[in-house]
Amino acid sequence: MKVREFVEGFNLKPIAGTQGLDREVKGGYCGDLLSDVMAKAPIGCIWLTVQGHLNIVAVAVLREMAAIVITGGREPDEETVQKADQEGLPVLTSPHSAFELAGRLYALGVGAAPTP
Amino acid sequence: MPADNSDVLREFKADLHIHSCLSPCGDWEMSPRNIIRESLERRLDLIAICDHNTCENAGAVIREGRRRGLSVLPGLEICSREEVHILAIFGDLDNALAMQEWVYSGLTGQNQPEVFGYQIVSNEDSEVLGENPRLLIGATAFGLGDIVRRTHALNGLSLSAHVDRPANGIINQLGFIPPDLLIDGVEVSYRVVLSKARETLPIIATLPCLTSSDAHFLKDIGRAHTVLSMAAPTVEEIGLALRGQRARRIVR
Repeated sequence: MKVREFVEGFNLKPIAGTQGLDREVKGGYCGDLLSDVMAKAPIGCIWLTVQGHLNIVAVAVLREMAAIVITGGREPDEETVQKADQEGLPVLTSPHSAFELAGRLYALGVGAAPTP
Repeated sequence: MPADNSDVLREFKADLHIHSCLSPCGDWEMSPRNIIRESLERRLDLIAICDHNTCENAGAVIREGRRRGLSVLPGLEICSREEVHILAIFGDLDNALAMQEWVYSGLTGQNQPEVFGYQIVSNEDSEVLGENPRLLIGATAFGLGDIVRRTHALNGLSLSAHVDRPANGIINQLGFIPPDLLIDGVEVSYRVVLSKARETLPIIATLPCLTSSDAHFLKDIGRAHTVLSMAAPTVEEIGLALRGQRARRIVR
């Protein structure tokens, strides 16, 4: 599935990097400790987090992520939006918790992709 | 040219991260008098009081320090929106209190002493003045960049606390130290040998690095400390020492 389909199906709000909405989602990951996400997130995943700091863009680029979803009604920092636009990395927001979104994603068949 | 006494350098044994009984996790015994007595016994020359998101006890420790002849700087250990702990250390109490007012504006929730611990406001005679009702253990609504900028606007020093630690250390929370973050330096905990910090944690790179006790109990005061060569026990001089300017430096 493409990022665009999740945006529509889950009513996610695109905040940045909309040029990347046709990226393919190859898995999912939840985490707010960026050291953990850097080490373990599957390549090509959609990442659910409450962190909005600029460093999330670097972590997402490193793990070649399809998109970041900032959950729980939080907003990314201004610099995060600018950097994500530069990178073409979709940043989406949702008022729902990571638990709730992850459950719905999993039900749609977004499983844990093996880490290469 | 008149002799400039301010350039006579000496070594200061500094512990710049000590909690008082105002921190919920700070021991009841961490009263202003006890902190000063213990610091003098440990032969410290300079300490900073950095309670979680507050500096309401700093004035009392400063006054007791003045009485007993120990230099004390007021500070706060602020928890950012990213849940990173960052020290803000000031040269005078007014600036620290201005920082505290701003921090309070971004801090929500009420403390539950039975769960998180008591938050005791004390005077220099170690008399209990009251309890702070705020959820001091919580995270503020402010991002790291904003906290550093505000600290500098109030002429304070901004140090990333216990960067080696999994709990609320910047590396664990954010994966790496944001290169554009204008911190004055990083602090490693007592678990890291300061002279080997750059080997233990290569991610520190060229950032100035010091160590302090992060004491929550009297017995831990000074368990890690940094010896600084500088002209006076002030924030300006610590800044020079961290940057290695005007012959000031971190000795060990």
